[in-house]
Amino acid sequence: MRSTSGLGWHLIRGWALLVYVFMFLPVAVVVLLSFNDSQFGSFPMTGLSFRWFVELWENEAILRAFETSIVLCLLTSIISTTLGVLASLALVRYRVPGANAISTLLIAPILVPEVVLAVALLLFLNFLGIHKSFALLLFGHVIFTLPFVILVVQARLVSIRREIEEAAMSLGANPVQTFFQITLPLMLPAVLAGALFAFTISFDDITGTLFWKPGGVETIPTQIFAMLRNSISPEINALGTVMIVMTVGLPLLGVAVARRLAQRSGG
Amino acid sequence: MSSVVLKNIVKRFGSFTAVHPSNLEIPEGDFVTLLGPSGCGKTTNLRMIAGLLDPTEGEILIGGKRVNDLPIHKRNLGIVFQNYALFPHKSVADNVAFGLKYRNVTKTEIARRVEAALSLVQLPHVGGRYPKELSGGQQQRIALARAIVIEPDVLLLDEPLSALDANLREDMRVELKRIQHQIGVTTVFVTHDQSEALAMSDRIVVMSGGRIEQVGTPEEVYNRPQSEFVANFLGASNILTGVCRERSAETATLEVPLFGMVPVPNDKAARVTDGPAKLVLRAEKLTLMDTGADTSGMIAAAATVETVDYQGQTVRYFVRVGDRSLQAINMINERPFPEGSAVVVAFRPQDCAALPG
Repeated sequence: MRSTSGLGWHLIRGWALLVYVFMFLPVAVVVLLSFNDSQFGSFPMTGLSFRWFVELWENEAILRAFETSIVLCLLTSIISTTLGVLASLALVRYRVPGANAISTLLIAPILVPEVVLAVALLLFLNFLGIHKSFALLLFGHVIFTLPFVILVVQARLVSIRREIEEAAMSLGANPVQTFFQITLPLMLPAVLAGALFAFTISFDDITGTLFWKPGGVETIPTQIFAMLRNSISPEINALGTVMIVMTVGLPLLGVAVARRLAQRSGG
Repeated sequence: MSSVVLKNIVKRFGSFTAVHPSNLEIPEGDFVTLLGPSGCGKTTNLRMIAGLLDPTEGEILIGGKRVNDLPIHKRNLGIVFQNYALFPHKSVADNVAFGLKYRNVTKTEIARRVEAALSLVQLPHVGGRYPKELSGGQQQRIALARAIVIEPDVLLLDEPLSALDANLREDMRVELKRIQHQIGVTTVFVTHDQSEALAMSDRIVVMSGGRIEQVGTPEEVYNRPQSEFVANFLGASNILTGVCRERSAETATLEVPLFGMVPVPNDKAARVTDGPAKLVLRAEKLTLMDTGADTSGMIAAAATVETVDYQGQTVRYFVRVGDRSLQAINMINERPFPEGSAVVVAFRPQDCAALPG
């Protein structure tokens, strides 16, 4: 091994640091400014305060958007996870004709640019004469998040040996009992991770949501977008902080829980 | 406990035939081994008995009842898999108790039977542990306990010893046989290891290419092979092609190159008729001797040692006799013959078997 103390290594370290600063400084600034007492969302800070969080709490439009977002994300997450688990089971455990093609199709939404997908779905439903609705928005989010669930669950399912299920059946458990007693507990970490992915991706999404949401309905990201068009209020900083906590904190929590579960079940 | 019968069973995967029409009867309480190289159809047969595969044609009877349409979870079988297949998220006791939960057994009875099964496999104190905390050999014992605690009609063992180290494998072999003997359950054992098959089985079913080659006791398939495949798969054999010249009340006399006339006892030449025939000469029955040694009662020929493969207790020689290279496995008395030495190879005709040509 070559020494890691030469000038070259110092330069590489410095550069890496700069990259991190470039990536995370704006986020840090948002979090910092959300606690700023000043009524302008910018430096210098005039004092530490939670007033913007309080105002956020009192802002009807934001609360409504928050509620919409939570309902949408929860439903997306539940539907995507259920469909994703069923699809993975079918693709991994049963011989489905054209399994590869189906798998590719289900995962394709990740590869197609979001705008294209959004417009396509909208045009398609227009063509069918179906109007924008919350159900349509939900439908779009499910299409979007399903690939992530399938990728995670499929990978786990492949690692669960078929003989374990065969052993359960030979001992008298029917296929449904085998699923709930053996397969589901063993793939639970992946199922939770998939659900979490679906939740945070749906919570974050703006492009598709802008196209699909019916008039008057706002999610948190579209609400921020709308607010930004008028003025840069310090409330947005506070909202940004809340979102960061949700989209970073929640997955971290999920990963920790999944690890505990995986450890208990012997990975 | 029940007998198992396969009637004209056939299994095809697409255009590939894994099992050609086969008939097999396994009597109640027997320990029967399906022996053969990989791809011979032995595991396919086992999986059809288990209900993990549907036969393409034919019938499977367990305890006299047709089970073709009975799903695996209703067949009351114990299966032990090569890779244990324990439930990693359940404790050892819960693993063993699993099958009892689906059979109307009270909680106290479950606890009692789990304990009994664990002591039968000599691991009475591991109930609270998880499978990954046990060694491979211990895991396989738990898998066995889990399979027998439900008092299965038939015990199916799919290469259960293959994943274990050589030493442990021999211990488990004895252990498995002891437990099977103790509970007397009809057992179907699948292996590609001839020594396992010879040591454990009441009867051996030798399979090759999806066909049953021979069924018999270990002694029968070893000493009276009915095909060249069986002769070569169970131990090493030299096959000499010759002609059957004469059949008497006791012997069939074959004329083979290198050794001349060999009178083979009739019970080892059952299917031989006049005309082309093959002589099966087991490697361990072909003895190397110094030139000039007494070979009375034996059939002998001069030979040269080509290769010496020292194996500790025994030594494996390849010797050249005329234009043929023959294999011989001998015990070592003092020291093995060196390569290139001139020797005499000899065998007793009653140690040979004959096959139709």
